[in-house]
Amino acid sequence: MGTFDFLLQGLMVAAQPMNLLYALIGVTLGTAVGVLPGIGPALTVALLLPVTYQLDPAGSLIMFAGIYYGGMYGGSTTSILLNTPGESASIVTALEGNKMARAGRGGPALATAAIGSFVAGLIATMGLAFVAPYIVKLALVFGPREYFALMVLAFVTVSSAFGDSALRGLTSLFVGLTLAIIGIDQLTGQTRLSFGVPDLLDGIEVTTVAVAMFAIGESLFIAAQGDRGPDRVEAVRGSVWMNAADWARSWKPWLRGTFIGFPIGAMPAGGAEIGTFLSYATEKRLTKHPEEFGNGAIEGVAGPEAANNASAAGTLVPLLTLGLPTTATAAIMLAGFQQFGLQPGPLLFATNPQLVWGLIASLLIANFMLLVLNLPLIGLWVRLLTIPKPWLYAGILLFATLGTIGANPSVFELGMLLAFGLLGYVMRVFGYPIAPVVVGLILGPLAEQQLRRALSISQGDVTVLFTSPIAAVLLVIAALAFLVPLIMRARGRGEVLTQLAASED
Amino acid sequence: MTKGTHPSTQTRRPDWAALTIAAVLAVIAGLIFWDVSRLIGLAGYSQVGPTTVPYAIACCLIGLAVWTAAEALRGDFPERDHQEIGPAAWIVGGLVAQMLLLNTLGFSIATGILFALTARGFGKRKLWLSVPIGIAFSFVVWVIFAKLLQLSLPAGPLERLFF
Repeated sequence: MGTFDFLLQGLMVAAQPMNLLYALIGVTLGTAVGVLPGIGPALTVALLLPVTYQLDPAGSLIMFAGIYYGGMYGGSTTSILLNTPGESASIVTALEGNKMARAGRGGPALATAAIGSFVAGLIATMGLAFVAPYIVKLALVFGPREYFALMVLAFVTVSSAFGDSALRGLTSLFVGLTLAIIGIDQLTGQTRLSFGVPDLLDGIEVTTVAVAMFAIGESLFIAAQGDRGPDRVEAVRGSVWMNAADWARSWKPWLRGTFIGFPIGAMPAGGAEIGTFLSYATEKRLTKHPEEFGNGAIEGVAGPEAANNASAAGTLVPLLTLGLPTTATAAIMLAGFQQFGLQPGPLLFATNPQLVWGLIASLLIANFMLLVLNLPLIGLWVRLLTIPKPWLYAGILLFATLGTIGANPSVFELGMLLAFGLLGYVMRVFGYPIAPVVVGLILGPLAEQQLRRALSISQGDVTVLFTSPIAAVLLVIAALAFLVPLIMRARGRGEVLTQLAASED
Repeated sequence: MTKGTHPSTQTRRPDWAALTIAAVLAVIAGLIFWDVSRLIGLAGYSQVGPTTVPYAIACCLIGLAVWTAAEALRGDFPERDHQEIGPAAWIVGGLVAQMLLLNTLGFSIATGILFALTARGFGKRKLWLSVPIGIAFSFVVWVIFAKLLQLSLPAGPLERLFF
């Protein structure tokens, strides 16, 4: 069967009324949290994981994907109207978008962001559908050592290749890897680092760490900044529709943004931010109105927003085909799969095609829903921006603890939540990125398993890791991704990398 | 920022906070070595066992500790903004209160207190107002999640009054 047949089957799954409902809940929640400053898609998915124990796998995964896409749409609203991006992939949008809003062109800015996101989401989801089967075929020849090399590459790109310090990125990663070895060893049943505490035998929950660091750590950090005066929300004045000139200036950036964003998201190379910066730079160079850049150029909103959504779809390529998360959100979605006993990867396409293709098809449907939610209903989302901070963060902490209590109502679990929240706060203060902790925690056990398998096959011979051509190439790329930025920073060219920081929340 | 871009005038002093981080990393590495040393001898055929990866991680942590210490001594760590401890302490207090009260007073009251203390940390001082609001809001959340979505949230006197 070809991709089209699978996709049609997927559409049948996705069009079931319950799944449509899950998709709608997902995109609505996703948009809402994307709009709210301070909480991003990773946190929302983590909060909802315990709630979905009762649901069926397809439904909840469709909901998670809807949240991911919705968060990408919603973030642009915040950055255009408030100039505080709700998620880091929207930082570039704030550059031009907020200027447009101040000049009374907030409507067209929101429109070009929403339609650009729609175009990009549609093309990139089709891209996902067509690329995935090829990667699945490629992945079938992967053995343990190739998987291990791939995970090493993901570790390096997530932690040290971007951001302002390789040291702090790697430290975060190793904090995550250390947390990952706590509990019972999967291959031999030995307990490690649990110090006789029964609560630790099952290991540390990814959701607990993610919720603690993203919700509690972030709330503590914001509170500790003291009162810096209220942020000003720009009202949407005039028409939300774009005029002919806006359309003419927007469609090319949409397409360019898509083609920049999708491959970057699909490579194991960190988050959606990188694509948005590249797209912004491209539009700035190609524009016929260079004088408008910095003062509200519509291309500077259209391109990066498209890139942002295209790389969100791209991130699903390694997640679904290889089981390799490259952003914090993808890492938590992987935890969502594992919660149902599913391991994303080439096998999932063979054993559970309805689920995978239903998920991909539901993304197409989610895109249509999001366009409707974000254009006519924009006023509703703008209201969310006016919730006073005390109630907003009180509510965030309520839901943050709700998820943990729902999963395991024990004092110990809440204590861990508090401890990791404090750790997350300290890490924020000292400029340590959070995403590598989450990725290290979830990918650590998988990488260890593959490494030990590879070494068991070779009877302890380490050179076997480098003798397969695919593994060798991947490891060389990983080494380059580690060394090149290190040299760039040492030569004082680090600013570029700081801007590309993959610090997703 | 890295060395060489700006001449070090005031940045030469060792950064004690960063040195503490380096020490903590080294301690964690030591903890791993100590814990995993129990398992030695269990590495079966091929020398690869449950201890291999923890040892590798511990060695990397020691490397990172040394690297952190070096940056701390050179003063390469970024400047920290001033942190207000007061508001953050209210939130931590709220979380501790919820943790301790949850199983006796139930979800609504414990979480309501967390809600009010968090709002206090962000500047809502009227606790006599925000505590009832928090408890009422938490109760609504409890009804939705515990009754409709079948999530197991601990019940207390307030919840038992109604259900």
